[in-house]
Amino acid sequence: MRLIVHNMLTCNIKGVINKFPLRIEAEKVIKKEVDFNPDFLRHMLAKIEWKALVDGARSMGYTELPDHAPDTERVESDESFLKKFHHALLELHLEEGSLVCQETGRKFPVDKGVPNMVLREDEV
Amino acid sequence: MSSRPEFLAPPEIFYDDSEARKYTSSSRIVEIQARLSERALELLALPEDDVPRFLLDIGCGSGLSGETISENGHQWIGLDISASMLNVAVEREVEGDLLLGDMGQGLGIRPGVIDGAISISAVQWLCNADKSSHEPRLRLKAFFGSLYRCLSRGARAVFQVYPESIAQRELILRHALQAGFGGGLVVDYPHSTKKRKEFLVLTCGSVPTSINDGHKESGSDDDDDDSEDEENGMVCVSDRNRPRKKQRTNKKGKGREWVLRKKEQSRRKGNDVPADSKYTARKRKSRF
Ligand SMILES: C[S@@+](CC[C@H](N)C(=O)[O-])C[C@H]1O[C@@H](n2cnc3c(N)ncnc32)[C@H](O)[C@@H]1O
Repeated sequence: MRLIVHNMLTCNIKGVINKFPLRIEAEKVIKKEVDFNPDFLRHMLAKIEWKALVDGARSMGYTELPDHAPDTERVESDESFLKKFHHALLELHLEEGSLVCQETGRKFPVDKGVPNMVLREDEV
Repeated sequence: MSSRPEFLAPPEIFYDDSEARKYTSSSRIVEIQARLSERALELLALPEDDVPRFLLDIGCGSGLSGETISENGHQWIGLDISASMLNVAVEREVEGDLLLGDMGQGLGIRPGVIDGAISISAVQWLCNADKSSHEPRLRLKAFFGSLYRCLSRGARAVFQVYPESIAQRELILRHALQAGFGGGLVVDYPHSTKKRKEFLVLTCGSVPTSINDGHKESGSDDDDDDSEDEENGMVCVSDRNRPRKKQRTNKKGKGREWVLRKKEQSRRKGNDVPADSKYTARKRKSRF
């Protein structure tokens, strides 16, 4: 699971209010190189919850992201920022670990990179 | 599909390790799913600005449909309830991110972040009650409601389905419309029992372009396989909700870069692919 997905995922348990973000407990993180595409990054930046990305990256051992995302106009020219954003968003994979709901403590295990988000019947 | 798998067992049981492998190693299935996915992507009518989009593949299975998304240069998340199917997808190193999840429980995705969704041969599963606690209506409602919320305004969702009956098609469509979607059914080859294919094309919020109701344009798809009478494919759209503007999405072909990428991908898979030359992806003269 990459952080682009983590940034979209919420806890879907019935009645939970504080659904996002899920806390990452990392046991194994791997890196895979992906083609750099500034257009896609700019497209995604508007959708990203920045703090969740920064915290998520930290819990996977990557601490280079700035605390605040630069303004959208400045992003155009800020190649060094885009490179970091690219790496955090698309190249880090949580291979083993868990995603933890902050409200209930429910753990969604991540196995071979695939989070198990299936709810028990009493959670639906 | 002669016997309907969704009547045999729940999906996570039916698609076990051996079925997942069988499914993915059948060249016939691979080809059909790729073709259906290609058509679904076309019906998504994403802006042709070469910016990759962030898409959802619902009931992604072993990644056959997702691969078509990757080949078209987009990023995707695949959701499936069968761990065995997802295992095959992991083994095949698909480019999308995978989630084990049950669409009938609703998608736990933040609002407005997804640029489009496809689902190939999967949604009919939702019409079954596989457990005593399963109420198809509630599951359809949870699914379409959550899908509507996570799509960005103007985005589309395209479902290729094999409805078992008219009643089932109506059930699916009704829940989609109740969730707020507009849109309707697109049928390719309506008069052929074998080739007939149904796509539910749903639009979310304001619609920038109208539903592409065109016949497939001849020669626009350059997969030079058995050129069966694709061109004669009939497409009809019944728009259920809003009056549709007569307007065609202008297809300007996929361009040389796309073709080169696709060829490279095919080479990596070990296929025999003609070398690139100045003729590659050159526009052909119109036929007559
Ligand atoms: C015929 S396969 C299609 C797979 C893939 N889309 C393709 O084109 O090859 C149908 C898939 O839908 C999945 N499916 C069925 N019910 C589901 C549910 N409730 N939630 C998620 N996936 C489901 C099955 O596990 C199976 O992998």
